[in-house]
Amino acid sequence: MPANQFNGFTDYGIGIGLRAPHYDHILTRKPVVDWFEIISENFMIDGGRPLQILDQILEQYKVVQHGVSMYFGSAEKPNREHLRRLKELVKRTQTPWVSDHLCWGSVDGRYTHDLLPMPYTFEAAKITAQKVREVRDFLEVPVAVENVSSYAEFHVSEMTEWEFLNEVVERADCGVLLDVNNIYVSSQNHSFDPMTYVNSVPAERVAQIHIAGHSKYRKYILDTHDHPVIDPVWKLYERAIHRAGHTATLLEWDDRIPTFNEVHDEAKKANKFLASTVLATAS
Amino acid sequence: MKLLKLQRTMARAVMQPLTSTERMQRRAPDGTAMKGYAAGFIKPNDRLTSFERLEIYNRQYWFRLFSSMTEDFPGLRSVLGEKRFDAMCKAYILDCPSRSFTLRNLGSKLEGWLRKHPEWAGPKQVLALDIARLEWADIEAFDGQAKPALRTEDLTQSAGENLRLQLQPYVRLLDLQYPVDDLLLTVRTDDQDHDFASNAFEERRKRKRVRSTAKLAPRAIFLVVHRIDNSVYFRRIGSEEFAVLSALRQGKTLAKALDAAFLKSSIPLEERAAAVQEWFQNWATLGWFCQPKKKLAKS
Repeated sequence: MPANQFNGFTDYGIGIGLRAPHYDHILTRKPVVDWFEIISENFMIDGGRPLQILDQILEQYKVVQHGVSMYFGSAEKPNREHLRRLKELVKRTQTPWVSDHLCWGSVDGRYTHDLLPMPYTFEAAKITAQKVREVRDFLEVPVAVENVSSYAEFHVSEMTEWEFLNEVVERADCGVLLDVNNIYVSSQNHSFDPMTYVNSVPAERVAQIHIAGHSKYRKYILDTHDHPVIDPVWKLYERAIHRAGHTATLLEWDDRIPTFNEVHDEAKKANKFLASTVLATAS
Repeated sequence: MKLLKLQRTMARAVMQPLTSTERMQRRAPDGTAMKGYAAGFIKPNDRLTSFERLEIYNRQYWFRLFSSMTEDFPGLRSVLGEKRFDAMCKAYILDCPSRSFTLRNLGSKLEGWLRKHPEWAGPKQVLALDIARLEWADIEAFDGQAKPALRTEDLTQSAGENLRLQLQPYVRLLDLQYPVDDLLLTVRTDDQDHDFASNAFEERRKRKRVRSTAKLAPRAIFLVVHRIDNSVYFRRIGSEEFAVLSALRQGKTLAKALDAAFLKSSIPLEERAAAVQEWFQNWATLGWFCQPKKKLAKS
């Protein structure tokens, strides 16, 4: 299942997040990288250097867009200006799919700029799925929703997080950007078995997988994206690709960013696991 | 609890200012105890109370927005000092919470807000306003639109008397009471690219050292914030040049713009033609003019 309708029937390999400290390295040394993921909002602008760099990257590499502020789970309607700018960028990058988070972050037009957790209710699933459909129809590209790390749960929840994810993606008929690090972080914060989560995800809908590092504190774990991937997260990754097949994989590293080669080497560790899925398919 | 009500309830708590020790307040936005307010919609677990779980998001909100303001206004921070800058940011964000999907726009109302609330601008109000204006202009020049550059044929198609020239949208014109361009260049230690958004969490607020700025004496300057090869530059210009460019930006004809420029000019009459020629040569070389909007043909 290397390609599906939720990732535009592409077969991307291992990518890394395009981050400013690596621009010079990428543009001057032109390293071999399967693809880059960009944070859409950083390029939803009118002009200047970010777009110039993006265009240079696009000449050499495949790029996929990942957003941080669509807030599929917010009760309010999508922001039209946001959608317009996002669509302009989609045309520019020719991204085969776009992703954003299964969360909320704005209410009454005020933005928190955070990925706030959803209440796992049928009402929320319905509203969220409707918004995913609206966004996909407007953008005219497949949409994948990403599970977030969370630090709070709500009394009103009527199901588990993975049941909620299933409910939303089935209703919206959209893809999943499966973040196995986020599953691990939330499992530690909410005391559930992360493998149960991975086993419950609709494998046929997985468009992409995120891996990342996190930070452990005394009473909880934070999704800081500033460390290498830990073994328990690799185990979840292994299981995810065993179920979903050879899937586009991306390492997120957003803070205390090391050299390009360090980040890329960390991402390429995924090859070990991806190779096993190829062997399993061949045998 | 319905989705919208829950989101309003949580957002009100998340956006409530932190205490002086950067913790969540004991009082909820509705005046009740925050402990009970949080417990009303957030489950506790075996390690964290509802209050503590909500507090993670409350702190994160303020850390992220403070970081954004610190990144965008390092010069203002150096003028106000860290403590006063933090207090100003808190008051500003409470009055003007983000209404944009991008943090890039968080400071868009700062200059206007500071004018209405000079008590937050510190003892050097004019200086604070000048540096805030420059820093916002810098952001706009950095990623503002660049239209196709003006060509010679665009000029030949326009009538001489009524010629109107358009400035590139990214070009910003500032009349300032202080030479804050020098100040900002001093404050900036690194030339990092703007990378506004990520979805990583911050456990602690990132603090940057505040550079103390030497006492800056007032001196009126006229500044153009512009781009060359997509890097932002500050260029000081004379008052006459500023008057011409400002008039052109307002949509006045070239003839009227020049009239305005020389109204109170000390440039001798015989030197004006040469001066104008030199200005336009420079501005054209710097690519400050763009092609005029094409008029739609009437059917």
